[in-house]
Amino acid sequence: MAMLESAGNASPSSENLARHTKVLPADNVNGYRSFEAGSFQFKRDEYFARITWPGGSHVIPVDYFLRALMRDIAWGFFYGTVNFDGVFGTTNHYGEVTMFAGLYNDAFRAAGRDFSERFPSDVLMPLFKTMIGDWTNEGYDPFAAPMETGGPWGRKHGANDEAVERARVTATRMVGLPGDTPVRTDANGFPVNRMFADVPQDAPVIEVEPGFENEVSAFNLFAYLSRSDVTWNPSVCSVVGDSLFCPTSEEFILPVDHGNDRCEWFVVLTDEIVWDVKDKASGKNRARVIMKAGDVSCMPADIRHTGYADKRAMLLVWENASSKIPEMIQKGEAPVVSVQF
Amino acid sequence: MTNYQTRFGSLQDFDKGRVEIVDDDPKNYVFSNVFDVASSSAPYERVAVAKNFEYVIEAARAEGTSGWYAADHDEFVLCMDGEIEVHLVKLDKAAVEPGTQGATPLADMPQGRKMGRLVLRRGHMGLLPRGAAYRFHANQPGAMMIQTIEGLVTVQKWAEICQTAA
Repeated sequence: MAMLESAGNASPSSENLARHTKVLPADNVNGYRSFEAGSFQFKRDEYFARITWPGGSHVIPVDYFLRALMRDIAWGFFYGTVNFDGVFGTTNHYGEVTMFAGLYNDAFRAAGRDFSERFPSDVLMPLFKTMIGDWTNEGYDPFAAPMETGGPWGRKHGANDEAVERARVTATRMVGLPGDTPVRTDANGFPVNRMFADVPQDAPVIEVEPGFENEVSAFNLFAYLSRSDVTWNPSVCSVVGDSLFCPTSEEFILPVDHGNDRCEWFVVLTDEIVWDVKDKASGKNRARVIMKAGDVSCMPADIRHTGYADKRAMLLVWENASSKIPEMIQKGEAPVVSVQF
Repeated sequence: MTNYQTRFGSLQDFDKGRVEIVDDDPKNYVFSNVFDVASSSAPYERVAVAKNFEYVIEAARAEGTSGWYAADHDEFVLCMDGEIEVHLVKLDKAAVEPGTQGATPLADMPQGRKMGRLVLRRGHMGLLPRGAAYRFHANQPGAMMIQTIEGLVTVQKWAEICQTAA
């Protein structure tokens, strides 16, 4: 999860890419800018994000929209499909991205009312970043759990660039190694989260012989996660080739319905997370996966899922960022299930 | 202020979840539990609980002293329960062929220079660096996960460890 810079790009395949984007002036009443991407238009008011396209329109509560948009940006359009809700979302083609309305909605598809356009990723991403910057008010952090941030509502008042422009944490070998991502501490701005106040903060014993300081290393991963200031935003903490351990802390709801294009593994490290799993194309329910501390499960490549956590939980998302996978997906050769038995 | 209790798992106290099927095969979710696997495994039997192409996550029961291992790539160990020591030795000469994937068990005490020692408790992650030999020791039973590549020591027994029925 969240290492698409190294995930490799499949060959762009579309010749008719939409390239038009436009930032419109701020609305005189609400103060928010509107945006155009291809044939899509985006407006926000005090409560809602409003999306229109040729022949259709859609409304999403702006808190839902901003939380989903934030993840789509932070994850570089992610692996597969990011459903903001049952109608609107994006699908990553690794170098290009499809923006759609109703493409993965049975009713829209059956009625022929779905609409989509494909963009170069580097055309759409800057617009999304401008949008989240303009639509996020002072005091609201779309990465935070709802009880830990202000509301996104109302007319335009200030901004929170510090929150929406956070750099994603990506260790190159392991957190805590010299020159790599540092551990989190009070001193560097990461206090222990209120729901993890009971997580031990002890450090491992590390006895190093001279000359091996870069190789004899360990850190307290649970303490590191207890100090995460974001939710549902995996960060890379250890790397074995293309195998990325991407742990994260989860509270409330995964703000997107993630449509997998490859198998994705979850290990719940503490507490409980419940996943609603639906068919990727139709949205029909397939399973609920109830995961508790120590549970391991794989999300198949043909599903969409969202997660729920009441008590803040620690989740290890395990990804394979191999550059061969996008090409396998394009050819339909990527396995739907990781393990057959 | 409300007090929250973080629910960890352990060999002695874990509460396994489940897959509730609506319309699917539970085997597609390859659902298992690290503590459940470690409870029923021999000490240091490295059982794959997750697999993604050549990469695996192994779960193991830490108890007593393991044999020595080496790999031609980094590996990482995450202590999930108990207290686990990791002893590291820089090998005088490579113990595994270049390009070998996964951990290779070493027949003898490796020849080389002592690199150091880690003592990991619950939640601690340690580096098992490429080119080093390592072994584990635990005075009391513990549980750990290893981020690695499928290799000689990886045990796959999916039907035994995973939920198969709705």
